[in-house]
Amino acid sequence: MSITLDSKIPTGPLADKWGNYIASQKLVNPANKRKFKVIVVGTGLAGASASATLAELGYQVEAFTFHDSPRRAHSIAAQGGINAAKNYQGDGDSVHRLFYDTVKGGDFRGREANTYRLAEVSVNIIDQMVAQGVPFAREYGGQLANRSFGGAQVSRTFYARGQTGQQLLIGAYQQMARQVGLGSIKLWNRVEMVDVVNIDGRCAGIVTRDLLTGAFESHSAHAVVLATGGYGNVFYLSTNAMACNVTAAWRAHRRGAAFANPCYTQIHPTCIPQADDFQSKLTLMSESLRNDGRIWVPKNPDETRPARDVPEDERDYYLERIYPSFGNLAPRDVASRAAKRAVDNGQGVGPLKNGVYLDFSAAIERLGLDVVWERYSNLFEMYERITGEDPRAMPMRIYPASHYTMGGLWVDYELQTTVPGLFCAGEANFSDHGANRLGASALMQGLSDGYFVLPYTIAPYLSGLLNKPVPDASHEAFAAAETEAQARFEGYLSIGGTRTPDHFHRELGRIIWDYCGMERTEQGLEKALSEIPALHEEFRKDLRVTGDGTSINQTLEKAGRVDDFFELGMLMCRDALTREESAGGHFRAEHQTDDGEALRDDENFAHVAAWEWTGDPMSPIRHQEQLEYEVVEFQTRSYK
Amino acid sequence: MSHLKNITLKVWRQSGPDDAGRFESYTVDEISDEASFLEMLDILNERLIEEGQEAITFDHDCREGICGTCSLMIDGQAHGPQRGTATCQLHMRKFDSGAEIVIEPWRAAAFPVIKDLMVDRAPFDRIIESGGFITAGTGGAPDANLIPIPKPVADASMDAAACIGCGACVAACPNGAANLFTGAKIAHLNLLPQGQAERFQRTEAMVDTMDHYFGSCTNHGECEAACPKEISIDVIALMNSDYLKGKFKNRKSLSRT
Repeated sequence: MSITLDSKIPTGPLADKWGNYIASQKLVNPANKRKFKVIVVGTGLAGASASATLAELGYQVEAFTFHDSPRRAHSIAAQGGINAAKNYQGDGDSVHRLFYDTVKGGDFRGREANTYRLAEVSVNIIDQMVAQGVPFAREYGGQLANRSFGGAQVSRTFYARGQTGQQLLIGAYQQMARQVGLGSIKLWNRVEMVDVVNIDGRCAGIVTRDLLTGAFESHSAHAVVLATGGYGNVFYLSTNAMACNVTAAWRAHRRGAAFANPCYTQIHPTCIPQADDFQSKLTLMSESLRNDGRIWVPKNPDETRPARDVPEDERDYYLERIYPSFGNLAPRDVASRAAKRAVDNGQGVGPLKNGVYLDFSAAIERLGLDVVWERYSNLFEMYERITGEDPRAMPMRIYPASHYTMGGLWVDYELQTTVPGLFCAGEANFSDHGANRLGASALMQGLSDGYFVLPYTIAPYLSGLLNKPVPDASHEAFAAAETEAQARFEGYLSIGGTRTPDHFHRELGRIIWDYCGMERTEQGLEKALSEIPALHEEFRKDLRVTGDGTSINQTLEKAGRVDDFFELGMLMCRDALTREESAGGHFRAEHQTDDGEALRDDENFAHVAAWEWTGDPMSPIRHQEQLEYEVVEFQTRSYK
Repeated sequence: MSHLKNITLKVWRQSGPDDAGRFESYTVDEISDEASFLEMLDILNERLIEEGQEAITFDHDCREGICGTCSLMIDGQAHGPQRGTATCQLHMRKFDSGAEIVIEPWRAAAFPVIKDLMVDRAPFDRIIESGGFITAGTGGAPDANLIPIPKPVADASMDAAACIGCGACVAACPNGAANLFTGAKIAHLNLLPQGQAERFQRTEAMVDTMDHYFGSCTNHGECEAACPKEISIDVIALMNSDYLKGKFKNRKSLSRT
């Protein structure tokens, strides 16, 4: 399958593109909608909202989740909030400003038209979620409350305590559950997608593995939507949930979907530092804490006194010092690199000297403990449960960790991948955030794609299939994919080596973190590209998976996911190596300004790199989509 | 950082729904007090796999206390000894060297064991599907600030909405009742102005579905004590009151005449 990258951006001025698209797109009439079957894989914000909306419209929907319930998807763990250009605070916000902040925050590497549409529909999301009963924070007068997030100078973030993702996902899940109850959605739980099947150049369905019985099954549909999240767990330690993985997107990539900008990964500045080697994951402390917390390290690398005994003039509030206009609310990539510099400089704090302080004492003095407690109590309590330290009495210790991935399956303006009939929504696609995502924009994108974009943009594709039957699930392409998947899983069971899937995942994560983490160099990436295939080879020879393939086997599930992370890891490093500039979350040490900021190369790299699978993970083909900016002008991104 | 030594785990092993199941003992010689309880099980599982044994199956995912996937009766307490804390947030510093820890799955008729420590909590989804939503199709929602919601009302709704659907309330209840879960889901929506239109039919449908799967509440209050989000049993009182009112109002049958 040869790849052409047609972004299908509608004509007209930027602000009118989405309106023009809606006005002129092909529709499917209500009586015909029920003839179309759509598969949605994943039930996070994007998947649940897409399933619910498509079912409301009258399509036959089948939704798949590997969790026991759709409501477990990792969107649930988002803490801080969701952006929307409502301008309820009257502080100068607008659709254009949210759009511009997002493009600038993404270091001018996002697609302008997609980002504008995201900002445009952000206002509908808040209306929709409130109508569904999401209990957002309120002012005493009953109006919605807002707070600020990194990379913005307005307060446009809506929140529900520190549990915004949970409340939004419950909202989307409830809409989905309503359709399940009505019989409009068929829900498959504890079922994992293991392959995509194409017939005659179109996506015809998926192959799944039932996690409880190990049975492989084919499911066909007119169109398939992947809303399967990001690949941040390639680092092993990340803020992602344990089961988050790249398998769905990767298997689609192997079947012809281009994978775009895999090197754009977000390292979130405020996570609880690693405590020991056995650690299974890292925990985020919401960016919202930076509204009231001040980040600092001792000026003296040999400082041994407890934080509160270090006098003011011996502290370096480095974000406030270097970026006075944004201060502690500098964007994530900028704040993460600054923390890394401080720790690399020997100024790290804590028993392993691997963190920086996030200090609330000034806020407590200014606002009183009650106000600070009300804003952040659930985060303070979570921090105390994990570390045994009370952030009211001593500053938190934080350090950057893998959190989100801007890269993902390449999609056009209609969220369709390079495989006709295969769509991709939410974090799993690459489209809206460029090289760095601003805080509180992931929830916005997931719900935008699922509620307000995909239900419109899937119609033109389906209208072309009118009166065509659902593809035959007994077609030989399905049978072949099933056999292949079965052989793969039986293969893991039969290796009989000595090491667990977790062992290999940890080793892979270490390579990726060291060479393709916050700072990348040509030499390091070359090294990673020789170490990863070697480790993958060892995985194939020395893996040990106990148990069998006919009842639930979490070790076997993990083996399949780690296998795919290996191949993704190779592509990530390849992408980072060929992108010879620094942009957003991708920082190449060779390309920096004199004061250590990212140095873009707009002449040669103002494009999306979309990779084509060739059968050999070490030699993919690189395609380019040139980014055309009609409204925004390239600028050096400055938060000083 | 210090280390705990000589921990004995008595873990429930059950190969499938039809197996009788039994306790098996495992020794953890040394574990850091910084480790979480589930990380201790991870380490044990890696050892078991390397020794050629099957790993212990248990549900878990976010490990941040929010997804509600994790479970476990630890020494007879749902989510273990720390109040207001899900198992995934429990750390070994809450235990002592030499401890013997008994680990079981949720025990409730409505939650059959799938394997080892993993149970099937699907009846919770059936309760939501029967009425745990506000009917608000996508598109056409009025401006979000059109209906002011007093802060105390939004806060009370949020207190109930904090439920993570883990099932600890059912596991802790001597009757295997799901009243705290159902009450929390009902209170979240019934307290809000947006939830009024369907308030009574929602309550009736959800309570009737709950009664189909779960035992009856006799006000022990164990659920509140076990809830990792410390949801108050006040939500059960609200549910009961709305159920009763719903039966009197009986809008469904009125609309049929």
